[in-house]
Amino acid sequence: MNITPARPRSWTARVRESVVQALPLDKLFPDGQPTYVASWIYAFGVASVAALVVIIGSGVILSFEGPAWWHYSSIGHFINSIHLWAVELFFFVMVVHLWGKFWMAAWRGGRARVWMTGAISFLVAVPTALTGYVSQENFDAQWIATQAKDGLNAVGVGAFFNITNFGQMYSCHVLLLPVVVVGLVIAHVLLVRRHGVVPPFELDSRVASMVAADGDAKASSP
Amino acid sequence: MSPVGMMGAVFDLHRPAHVVEWRFIQLPVANLVVIALMFIVFALAILLPFPGASGRDGDGA
Repeated sequence: MNITPARPRSWTARVRESVVQALPLDKLFPDGQPTYVASWIYAFGVASVAALVVIIGSGVILSFEGPAWWHYSSIGHFINSIHLWAVELFFFVMVVHLWGKFWMAAWRGGRARVWMTGAISFLVAVPTALTGYVSQENFDAQWIATQAKDGLNAVGVGAFFNITNFGQMYSCHVLLLPVVVVGLVIAHVLLVRRHGVVPPFELDSRVASMVAADGDAKASSP
Repeated sequence: MSPVGMMGAVFDLHRPAHVVEWRFIQLPVANLVVIALMFIVFALAILLPFPGASGRDGDGA
């Protein structure tokens, strides 16, 4: 007799079961990583996350003190510089990470969503940085805003994304866009945990041939 | 002299940035240096051995 276990009635239990099924704890917090991960090229993903943590931390302090703080306070100047250079580092290591994953074809093995969340994180990080550069409250910000407005008007987004509107840019920079970037990065990391780090090409093809050979052996056995 | 002043003396911040122009593309030399650094770091990340990599075995996954 085939007995199918009943689905729990409680929605919290159903959510828990779905979450644990999608991402078991041993995948979320693995004991170790595959041998092929022992390469510097795999270090740039976590370096991007580390830079993002510094960006968010310094950004929270700056948001409490206001956008003009760094103009008259040496501590404000220091925190603002930490924020700026963490952004520069974030983009630097994220681009190297992106190159590495592109040449590994990191979307292999059902990892399309891993690749897409990473790529979209990068694309959303660009306007996040841009809105920060125009929130500096100095001539540099004015120059960038007046130069960028022509480009944004040319692509037709100037009507609702007015880069010379400081309030709109500052709101986008400290809340809307960081929420999207952080959300995408969290989704990206969880998907990496779920699917595992993409194996090298040679190992990938070897595993595929072993699976195929195993299937042939089972098919030919009585 | 402050560190910022020393940097200014080296890089001469009182002049407009050097820009490389090719058709419609305009890139400041500073940006080109960063792009070159990214290529160098990318190559080093592939070529340099990872500490402790040779002592590992098994897939650990």
